[in-house]
Amino acid sequence: MSHAKRFSISGIVVLFLILIPLITQRTDLITWFTYTLLYITLSQSWNLIWGVPLPLALLAGALGAVIFALIIGFPAFRLKGVYFIISTLVLAEILQILFYTVLPRANVLPSKLLNAYSLTPRYYLSLVIAVLAVVVVDWIRRSRLGLGLMSIREDEDAAEASGVNTLKYKLTAFLISTSLAGLGGGVYAYYAAAVRPGYLFSALWTFDAVIIVFVGGVGTITGPIIGAIFFVLLKQLLSLYLPGGSHVMVFGILFIIVVLYLPGGLIGLISKFRKA
Amino acid sequence: MVVELVAQTVVNGINVGALYGLTAVGLSLTFGVMKILNVGHGEFLMLGGFIAFWLLRLWGVDPFLSLPLVAAALFLIGAFAYRLLFATLSGYDEHVKVKNSLLVGFGLFLVIPHIARILWTGDERAITPFYSGESFPIFSVRVGYVPLAGLVVAIVVILLLHLFLTRTYLGKAVRGTSENWKAAKLMGINVNKTYMITFAIGTATAGIGGILVGLTQVISPDVGMGWTLKALIVVVLAGIGSVGGAFFAGLILGVIEAVGAIFMGPYAVALGLLIFLLILMFRPQGLFGKA
Repeated sequence: MSHAKRFSISGIVVLFLILIPLITQRTDLITWFTYTLLYITLSQSWNLIWGVPLPLALLAGALGAVIFALIIGFPAFRLKGVYFIISTLVLAEILQILFYTVLPRANVLPSKLLNAYSLTPRYYLSLVIAVLAVVVVDWIRRSRLGLGLMSIREDEDAAEASGVNTLKYKLTAFLISTSLAGLGGGVYAYYAAAVRPGYLFSALWTFDAVIIVFVGGVGTITGPIIGAIFFVLLKQLLSLYLPGGSHVMVFGILFIIVVLYLPGGLIGLISKFRKA
Repeated sequence: MVVELVAQTVVNGINVGALYGLTAVGLSLTFGVMKILNVGHGEFLMLGGFIAFWLLRLWGVDPFLSLPLVAAALFLIGAFAYRLLFATLSGYDEHVKVKNSLLVGFGLFLVIPHIARILWTGDERAITPFYSGESFPIFSVRVGYVPLAGLVVAIVVILLLHLFLTRTYLGKAVRGTSENWKAAKLMGINVNKTYMITFAIGTATAGIGGILVGLTQVISPDVGMGWTLKALIVVVLAGIGSVGGAFFAGLILGVIEAVGAIFMGPYAVALGLLIFLLILMFRPQGLFGKA
């Protein structure tokens, strides 16, 4: 796709999204869109660090995500492969335990705020953040940082040998990723008008992001967007007919199929059909 | 008084630690032999616990009698899961295999608990035969019959596994395959079958662990991931691939957590994890692994 065409298509999509609250008053629709946008932010940020082999690393904390990332990143990034995966899983667990213990009742539900609750600004904020996430990730892909990350993904030792400062690059990617996730968490807190650290820290948010990225298409910009739309749509549809939470099961099966047989995700499937 | 408290705590810690060890042994075996990091390991544990729970509830089968039944059932389920999901990965490079098996295991974590919740609701269940809760004193330390039996079961399972790996032809094949699967294949070992059996043994030990969890703690559709994480910690603590070491590392973690709880209360769990991170940073080959 040419540059101009790409640019104009994204422009039209964003314009459409801006107009939505003006077109419809249906809060359910706007809620779905808000969720989709939040998921786009979250999965874009996760997609960034999957480039480097770091699954499940995303810690969706609203506050101080970057500080945590620094504290965690430095020791953890010296580890490689499996050790890194396991250590981030465990770190997320530690953080969750600490938050539960330090702030067992940090669930805030401010009544004043609820009286003045309006969905529109929340929708716009999530739109801004989602667009920001897409733009940042797209920019990184074209930059030197993106090239470095790609080389690390292909072969970390070879990248290191050819002069790429792998630790620095991985850390930068991790910082950008977590700060985007932190922003997403902040918007979510604003959207939900309540802060429930237990809920935000629950691994489900990480898992949702992972599923979305893989089902959409890992390592692409459009993948997480399509994945997020698909995820929220299917979630709403399934919740009509099946007991709550079943969409996770359906997505789990879909996820396994994608990992085993469709490494390109939905995006890969589309481009396969195009070529055929 | 303090001595008694510490002694009692250590005993409790050993009981919990044996469970950690047993869960970790299966994970360590599958990871060590075939480089498959099955983060769905805990889900098999949960299934085992539920099978034993229903055997007791519906037909009054004693949980210790249902041990072989559950082990056999989980062996079959594991073999099936391997054939269906993990077998396609067997040809890949090591790091691709680790990554993809992690993702497949993660998919299992999404699917199995939901099926369990639909079948058995999300309630927490405990396996309670008539003798559960009974205990006897050794000096002033109380030892429960059920946890003690659990400890014995765990040790017997580990010993059997050890004998299997060192004394049988199949066990030799498993060890050979873990050293170098290509060479093993050239020596006429059926690598695919060996992998399947290894994986199934791993899930069978997880199932036995599930019974013990149900006997001493609770089982619910959501306990899987917690046990997977515990097992991962223990595996790293012991050194990846060190099957026997995993059991001892489990005991150590159990005792550390239990004793830590006296001084630190609920933060003790994080203490165990912190030690894990320190090990990871300064002795990544683990306590019992070779450098």
